Amino acid sequence: MELIPIKINNKEIKVKKGTTILEAARQNDIRIPTLCNHPDLEVAGICRICVVEIEGMRNLQASCAYPIEHPISVKTYTEKVRKARRFNLDLILAQHYGECYSCVRNNNCELQSLAKEYGVNFYRFPHIKEPRYEIDDSSFALVRDPNKCVHCKRCIRTCLDLQEVGVLETAGRGYNVQVQTMLDRPLVELNCVYCGQCINRCPTGALHANDPSDWVWEAIDDPEKFVIIQTAPSPRAAIGEEFGLPAGTSVTGQLNTALRRMGFDRIFDTNFAADLTIMEEGSELLWRLEQKLVHGKDIKIPMITSCSPGWVKFAEHTFPELLDHLSSCKSPQQMFGAVIKTYYAQMAGIDPANIVTVALMPCAAKKFECNRPEMVDSGYKDIDYGLTTREMAGMIREAGLWLPELPKSDFDHPLGLGSGAGLVFGATGGVMEAAIRSVHLIVTGRQVPFKNMDVTPVRGMEGIREASITFENTLERYKFLEGVTLNVAVAHGIKNARQVIERVKSGEGNYHFIEIMACPGGCLGGGGQPIPTSPEIREARAQAIYAEDHMLPVRTSVENPEIQQLYKDFLGEPLGHLSHQLLHTHYTPRGRYTM
Amino acid sequence: MKNSKKRILFGEYIVGSGLAAALKLKPKEVVNEVKKSELRGRGGAGFPTGLKWESAAVQKADQKFIICNADEGEPGTFKDRLLLMEHPGKILEGMAIAGYAIGAHHGIIYLRGEYVYLKKGIEERIDHMKATNLLGDKILGKRFNFDVEIRLGAGAYVCGEEFALIESLNGRRGEPRNKPPFPTEKGYLDKPTVVQNVETLCYVPYIIANGAEWFRTHGTMKSTGTKLFSISGDVENPGVYEVELGITVRELLEMVGAKDTKAVQVGGASGICVSEKDFDKPIAFEGLPPGGSIIVFNHSRKMLHVLENFMEFFVEESCGQCTPCREGNYRLLEGVRLLKKGDCTVAYLRDLMELARVMQISSKCGLGQMSPNPFISIIENFKDEILYS
Amino acid sequence: MFECQRNEIQQEVNTIVRKYGRTRNYLLPILQELNRKFSYINNYMIEAVSNALDISPAEVHGVVTFYSFLNETPKGKYIIRLCKTISCDMAGKDRIVRVLEKELGISFGETTKDGLFSLEYTNCIGMCSEGPAMLVNEEVYSKLCPEKVVDILEFYKNGARKRA
Repeated sequence: MELIPIKINNKEIKVKKGTTILEAARQNDIRIPTLCNHPDLEVAGICRICVVEIEGMRNLQASCAYPIEHPISVKTYTEKVRKARRFNLDLILAQHYGECYSCVRNNNCELQSLAKEYGVNFYRFPHIKEPRYEIDDSSFALVRDPNKCVHCKRCIRTCLDLQEVGVLETAGRGYNVQVQTMLDRPLVELNCVYCGQCINRCPTGALHANDPSDWVWEAIDDPEKFVIIQTAPSPRAAIGEEFGLPAGTSVTGQLNTALRRMGFDRIFDTNFAADLTIMEEGSELLWRLEQKLVHGKDIKIPMITSCSPGWVKFAEHTFPELLDHLSSCKSPQQMFGAVIKTYYAQMAGIDPANIVTVALMPCAAKKFECNRPEMVDSGYKDIDYGLTTREMAGMIREAGLWLPELPKSDFDHPLGLGSGAGLVFGATGGVMEAAIRSVHLIVTGRQVPFKNMDVTPVRGMEGIREASITFENTLERYKFLEGVTLNVAVAHGIKNARQVIERVKSGEGNYHFIEIMACPGGCLGGGGQPIPTSPEIREARAQAIYAEDHMLPVRTSVENPEIQQLYKDFLGEPLGHLSHQLLHTHYTPRGRYTM
Repeated sequence: MKNSKKRILFGEYIVGSGLAAALKLKPKEVVNEVKKSELRGRGGAGFPTGLKWESAAVQKADQKFIICNADEGEPGTFKDRLLLMEHPGKILEGMAIAGYAIGAHHGIIYLRGEYVYLKKGIEERIDHMKATNLLGDKILGKRFNFDVEIRLGAGAYVCGEEFALIESLNGRRGEPRNKPPFPTEKGYLDKPTVVQNVETLCYVPYIIANGAEWFRTHGTMKSTGTKLFSISGDVENPGVYEVELGITVRELLEMVGAKDTKAVQVGGASGICVSEKDFDKPIAFEGLPPGGSIIVFNHSRKMLHVLENFMEFFVEESCGQCTPCREGNYRLLEGVRLLKKGDCTVAYLRDLMELARVMQISSKCGLGQMSPNPFISIIENFKDEILYS
Repeated sequence: MFECQRNEIQQEVNTIVRKYGRTRNYLLPILQELNRKFSYINNYMIEAVSNALDISPAEVHGVVTFYSFLNETPKGKYIIRLCKTISCDMAGKDRIVRVLEKELGISFGETTKDGLFSLEYTNCIGMCSEGPAMLVNEEVYSKLCPEKVVDILEFYKNGARKRA
């Protein structure tokens, strides 16, 4: 690679040809402020905050959009540059309706930070004092407040380029340009998959999740109510970021203490439900394979995971003809709700009508999922409220607790024990890894043939990963799989999901089992996770999850004693009658662009 | 007056002579001839045409494109309409020569929607040239094919910006892209593309037929050739005039019978507005902007009214993607309205002038960089009228 | 929307898309033809085009709202676009505004009840030396004066049979 000598603020450095000025500056710890730029997104170069001066050029250049091809000398804070940044910031502030103290992004807003960085202490231009646009809170998952929009189009680029869903658009021209939903319709009417990735990339409070924490508090405060929370692995690997801890710090034990002090009556581990999901889903896979291979029945292979509600909704809109490929298993969140309001209620002697189930999830779409009309198999709403990681951090702060300072404590039992397999659900490839561990054990009676049981071929951050595993020396019951090679694929992010499905449709991909997660990185990069997000942050969260997996005594779902107990006492067997009633579901074909 | 009789476009021409001469040369020689002529783009920015061709010619690609920018929308400009109506053959010939020079076989005329009534005439000329073997397959018996398609704009001034135009052709909002890469590297359908203004293309056949040296005997050292001027406003004889570059404002005013002139907007809405003290300055790439639009205002005109009209134009016609252009033009318009009401403090006006300069240097494309020009020049040159009367 | 209208739109979209091919770069010509045929582009047409070209309706709508000649609401049979830019303004545009509004009984931005005329402003149409000027659909009229305007309106009211 050709190296080009350049100067930034008179410092001589060498950069790879094609590096942008912004990248070059960051590699050398020179700060250039940005607004419309985001590490996950295509370059737009439209906010004009990151402008710099290049010697010999009359006009300033957007450093994010200027690839270095020749030796240049760049200055990043000359008078011209400072003035341009300040004026452009002033222009944005003037049209931004924002009362910071009543904003969900107060203290974590890029516009606010820029204003502070540039010493803004007055409005240069006449500014908006009243909201001008209606807030769209039509969906359970997302809220759009266009009054706070700064036209950086990060949400549009997220939806269109990163996810290839495309429910956000630029409408109009000139001063009347608006970032809006497709055809200016309420989100609830559209094919939005509620992944919430736009929220994670919005620099201001123009996008946020629909927050039910007031209802959760109300339930906690109500002595009649028995409030049970389950916490998913991804929030535990990320919520520390909301309290100043570096990305990749797992705070499971501290979080349990916080939740207990806040007044939750029971704290259960979603990993337990993830293990339950694997029991059912692994069995479903084996059942499908047997029906197909042994009985020659027309059963849909590949089977595709269904625990990502964003992916499920996307499939319902985009591939309604393929819904039979989706595993009929509910997601861990929903399985847990159904089990709590039946099995647990019975066991603990609590009227399920008085149980309020809360799920701490990394996800915006989980809010939509728990409100799907079919999710009432326990006779009640299986899960009452879905909270995001960010919202939970808010509640913890509201309770006056500072997470990093709290002692560690354990989950409540039963339903509080999760295996390492359930844990790795949080990372892309995790469901696949968990399934392979269990299925291999079931089919052969032996653990997976990987060092430390790490199924590394399905790990990583490449958009689409493929792997194969051959069954050898199978147990008598599974002789039909002797020598059979299981082809699997893992995709994360809707864009990659679409590609994998196209491969299936074209016949190019000869898979048996596919894991799809709607969000880049899987759940740990979910739309409910702490802001900001970047490839590095997601990688750190993944490492936290994999490290914790190694420390757990039980590494496969089948070996989880509390799961074994659940089947023995209540469910009977995987795919049994009660399982079908409580743990499985069906899908609804939807319009391509409409609800 | 400076040799205004020396004409090119409105002078003699033998149809097909430029193309015939070009096809006798190697493509590289055609590029070199255009480079030597020092012809610069007549759309306003004035980029050297030969360099643009050279940059596209060296690209390796399975397809390349020549686009004729007929999206003339600069207020006060109508010279391209005249060329499209009366000289479409020269445009098409220029496109074919450019295609031969860079290795393109497909040309597109991006005709602004407002000029849809010109489409038929151009199509007829294309058919005629195909019939006479000046377009189509094996042009003039040589191994060179070139066809031309007409595509219509739909009412968006910014599509005159070359990348916005390309985006529009690509089926997108006409929003200018970041440069680099330039259109000559990645343009229409991401292929190397040369975008030239109508008028620029018209000079090409003359240059090839008569030689670069001949062309350079017109105009000034840095601004070779003649130029069409669209002249309107308070003048006796508005219309399109061909004059040599380097002509002064005063000479132009005399030519068209302007009396009692207070101000002249040189270069359209995005040009600059000069008062009497600058009437002796030359219009050239090294002088006042040679976009080709001249709007004349006599002493009965109120400059704030003129400025308001210009700023309304930019507020509507900005593509709206970058901050300084989208928000800045609105703030300048708001300021002009405050001035009209007498509600603008001098301190705020100074802020607005600073804003205008920030827009010039930090906007993403030419539209945003040029749109503050009328604001700055009218406020500066007519301060007495605006602030003290 | 009625079933028959939907069918008509779908058929028209099919015909137009077949003519240009299912490629994004012909989006603008496709939309222009629809706009000419129906006088505007509604959400149903946008979805039909999106389906045909396999792009999001959000993108198509974004394009429709960008170009001022693509209408989002139904327009009259004849759209009158009067130039409001400086040269036409100085040449007496305001007088023409008054004549048009009075003769048609509507304001700019509106359409006559009989659905014949819509009045709109446009930016420079390149007739600066012959202002005031306007477009009526695809025809250009310049050096307008009140009487000429009335003649032009009469011509279109009479079905555009006798040249004004």
